[in-house]
Amino acid sequence: MIPATFDYVRPGSLDEACQALASDEDAKALAGGQSLLPLLRLRLAYPSTLVDLGRLPELTGVHDRGDHVFIGAMTTHDEVMRSSLVNSACPLVALTTATVADPAVRHRGTFGGSLAHADPAADLPAVVLALDGVLVARSAEGEREIPAAEFFVDYLESALRPGEILLGARIPKLGDGWGYHYEKFHRTAQAWPIVGVAAAVRRSNGSIQEARIGLTNMGPTPLRARAVESALQGAELGDQVRQACEQAAEGTSPSGDLHAQPDYRRHLARVLTHRAIRTAAGSP
Amino acid sequence: MTELDPGLVGEQIAESDQISEPGGTGGEIGRSRRRKEDARLLTGHTRWTDNLVQPGMLYVMFLRSPMAHARITRVDVSGARGLPGVFAAFSGQDFADEQGSLPCAWPVSEDIVIPDHPPMAVSEVRYVGEAVACVVATDRYRAADALEAIEVDYEPLPAVVDMNDALTEGSPKVHEAGNQAFTAKITSGDIEAAFRDAPVLIDRTYIQQRLIPSAMEPRAVLASTDGDGFTLWTSTQIPHVLRVMLAVTTGIPEHKIRVVAPDVGGGFGSKLQVTAEEVLCLLLTRRLGRPVKWTESRSEGNLTVHHGRDQIQHIRVAAESDGRIRGLQVDLLADMGAYLMLVTPGIPMLGAALYNAIYKMDAYEFGCTGVFTTKMPTDAYRGAGRPEATYAIERVMDELAAELGLDPVEVRRRNWIRHEEFPYTTIAGLTYDSGNYEAATDRAMALFGYDKLRAEQADRRDRGDPVQLGIGVSIYTEMCGLAPSRLLGESNYGAGGWEHGTIRMLPTGKVEVITGTSPHGQGHVTAWSQIVADTLGVPFEDITVLHGDTAISHKGMDTYGSRSLVVGGVAVLQACEKVKDKARKLAAHLLECSPEDLEFAEGAFQVRGTDSRKTIQELAFAAFTAHSLPEGVEAGLDSDSTFDPDNYSFPHGTHLCAVEVDTETGMSKIRSYVAVDDVGKVINPLIVDGQVHGGIAQGIAQALYEEAVYDAEGNLLTTTMADYLLPSAADLPTFVTDRTETPATSNPLGVKGVGEAGTIASTPAVVNAIVDALRPRGIHDVQMPCTPERVWRALEGVRR
Repeated sequence: MIPATFDYVRPGSLDEACQALASDEDAKALAGGQSLLPLLRLRLAYPSTLVDLGRLPELTGVHDRGDHVFIGAMTTHDEVMRSSLVNSACPLVALTTATVADPAVRHRGTFGGSLAHADPAADLPAVVLALDGVLVARSAEGEREIPAAEFFVDYLESALRPGEILLGARIPKLGDGWGYHYEKFHRTAQAWPIVGVAAAVRRSNGSIQEARIGLTNMGPTPLRARAVESALQGAELGDQVRQACEQAAEGTSPSGDLHAQPDYRRHLARVLTHRAIRTAAGSP
Repeated sequence: MTELDPGLVGEQIAESDQISEPGGTGGEIGRSRRRKEDARLLTGHTRWTDNLVQPGMLYVMFLRSPMAHARITRVDVSGARGLPGVFAAFSGQDFADEQGSLPCAWPVSEDIVIPDHPPMAVSEVRYVGEAVACVVATDRYRAADALEAIEVDYEPLPAVVDMNDALTEGSPKVHEAGNQAFTAKITSGDIEAAFRDAPVLIDRTYIQQRLIPSAMEPRAVLASTDGDGFTLWTSTQIPHVLRVMLAVTTGIPEHKIRVVAPDVGGGFGSKLQVTAEEVLCLLLTRRLGRPVKWTESRSEGNLTVHHGRDQIQHIRVAAESDGRIRGLQVDLLADMGAYLMLVTPGIPMLGAALYNAIYKMDAYEFGCTGVFTTKMPTDAYRGAGRPEATYAIERVMDELAAELGLDPVEVRRRNWIRHEEFPYTTIAGLTYDSGNYEAATDRAMALFGYDKLRAEQADRRDRGDPVQLGIGVSIYTEMCGLAPSRLLGESNYGAGGWEHGTIRMLPTGKVEVITGTSPHGQGHVTAWSQIVADTLGVPFEDITVLHGDTAISHKGMDTYGSRSLVVGGVAVLQACEKVKDKARKLAAHLLECSPEDLEFAEGAFQVRGTDSRKTIQELAFAAFTAHSLPEGVEAGLDSDSTFDPDNYSFPHGTHLCAVEVDTETGMSKIRSYVAVDDVGKVINPLIVDGQVHGGIAQGIAQALYEEAVYDAEGNLLTTTMADYLLPSAADLPTFVTDRTETPATSNPLGVKGVGEAGTIASTPAVVNAIVDALRPRGIHDVQMPCTPERVWRALEGVRR
């Protein structure tokens, strides 16, 4: 790794960290480094200062807050996927996190780092979006809550302002009767998903009462498959679900790259959404 | 889930688990010894080139062309020279008078064009990544910063990316002489007669995509001088060849150059090269008087390590209505890239005599055109010519079977050389010394559960299952043991094919083996120890193997083309025999008997019918003290030997692959894989299994994952591992491997070589399986790599 020269600070408090980021508009927060370091290595990013968040214990850990779970931004993927609280209260987060890259990355990479990087090909943004998570940020001016629907602004661009640090995300507990699945389509185990579908489904009496669907890599930001969600309300398992999922690519604008052209991604979104819903609904 | 017979699988696993532990003498050959190398390599006690440090060492980095083709109108390195930590900065012009031209040692034809290939471009760049300037600094960070301060002006010239376009009249030229590098043609038998009125004609075109060799250890070079001579440590497969070539290229006398290949972390052919960086590091240390080191980054490597494959194969088969082949016609376009490197033009020619493969036929014609493009040059990559040939013939045999409604194994059976017909001289002129395709195929089909899988396939077809099952057959042979020097001479190759081995009995009875092969992951230290232990009767642990340093291993032809055991292992065996001959004379002298009265067993010479004996260790000490030597016998118990085989060796085998193709997404998933290989006698089954596993993985990678992609402007798009996909263990199935053993007759060990067999066999096995799954839908080809998107588009094409 041969990055360009940068300064490095490792604040001992959140206030110091906010100050360090606010005082230099080219400073960058360093969490687990699994996305930032490759950019530095390839000299695609030239931050003036790296503000290492690694010594701020208040940013790590998973907390039960009654109607939601709060996951600290610096909690590693490995900690998230092994947390009994996350597994019981928001299993979609746990089972999706278990698909992130490989064990080495999951031990370094962080929940908040992945969200703040706002890569639409990352797995967790679509999950937090599907679950209507709320992201909590802090700056010198204080704390701010940002609904996931407003957090992901564009490709690699979040709603975080200069000088703001992501503290973590509130993940609402959906309660009983929900099933979950993350359907990830990738060519090799360690490759980015070509398309991913995060699904939460509440089912009763053979039909679907409610569905939340987040799409990975189907546009510059993670997306909700709203058309499918409404079509699934009251849909009976079988043909009705199949038909509803045909709308999965509506409102998406997937890019074309070496692994897939947009029309193929749209096709995959339909197939994978159907599979995700079926699995989440417990009818493989 | 696999459908394998559990009893057979159990037998396989049991075999691999029987790993021998140290102790005892004799019976080493054929034992699954754990490798001597591994404890050191796996615990980080390694000597990779990048770990080496010399006093006063400086770091080199190269500025590389962002243009595929351009005239260089200005290079200004002055901005870099003033920066902190920067020791020197140079343009190609600064070395124009001394850098020479990178060598091509295999002018395969009379009409070949070998363009000048300056290590650092001077006036024109011809591929993205070609070095145009360099910086020498106190550390790599400063060097990288300084590269950004160098200014280069380019006057763009048109990129030449596509081989067919390159050969059209009026195409922009890569070189002044044009875009055709060479042409070659081989004809045997009456090809016209074979194709005239043939009842069956199959005509196909296959594309061998461009691949990027991805050795675990990136390339690295460290050069230093003591003011008189030069030492070059480099991550190479070929220290001996490199030393000669560096002398020829730079004019530095050969005896002033020492080349060391320390621990080398894989090569797969990519380190069978004389690289620009090696030449330039040598010249930089000469100019600066300081040690200099260069280590590539992975992205730099993707751009500039020589690439592999990249051929368009037009193949035609004429056959009788019962499937018997009359004639075979092959016409290749082979992408050379921008220059001819060490053996670039030889790569397609290594397959020239193998398209006919294991099959009998009346006529054969092979044609090849080498084409220049503005891309990274191609050269050897695991298998080198043989995977391409095997792929085309094994794909087309499946097409022939489908055309005739025959089972793919049956159509092969009707054409292959039967075991009782060996030795067999093929239509292409090679003489296969031994083989038994029937035995390997029968064994593979039993392990695979062939009939049961065919039944399941039929069932899935009948049910219209969205997940279809395909069965891929690949029955291959290849040629190893490069090579008889006489045959290499006939093909105009720039060197011989012999190998050298030395045995030094040390005074205490321990053994130093020196080999001219240059292992970079193969396990020669272990395998050579097994050969020596059995031949001299010394304990396995008492043997050390030295290699990879031209000051220690003074003669050698290095490691590539599955040649090391077949040629180098035999040289070691012969050196042992010479040591034994001398030891016998000495023993007879000391025991006061005639040499003929002595029998050698378990490491000692014993007077027949008595208990009077001398061990080889005692004799080594006696030869060292030299207190009492027989007349005309010199002190010391050492020997040198070279071996030059009189024929290639021909491993063969049958690989069967079952693939599940998800017709909704296009994803192909390998469900089971059986490989039964015949590599002749086996020295160490554990090493052979490892080579087969790794080889299969690499061949699967070509079938499913890997592809170097250039855009229309000649930019490489696959510069990182996020874009250039390599499979990991998580992506691969459990391989079931077994062997049949038909010894080679061309060497005294009966060995055939195993370094490339898996790669050669597996690519067509996988693609044949995918096509087999899709054939009822009207699909008869999917271009490699068979990505989910390509399979889906093929299905979309026939749905419309």
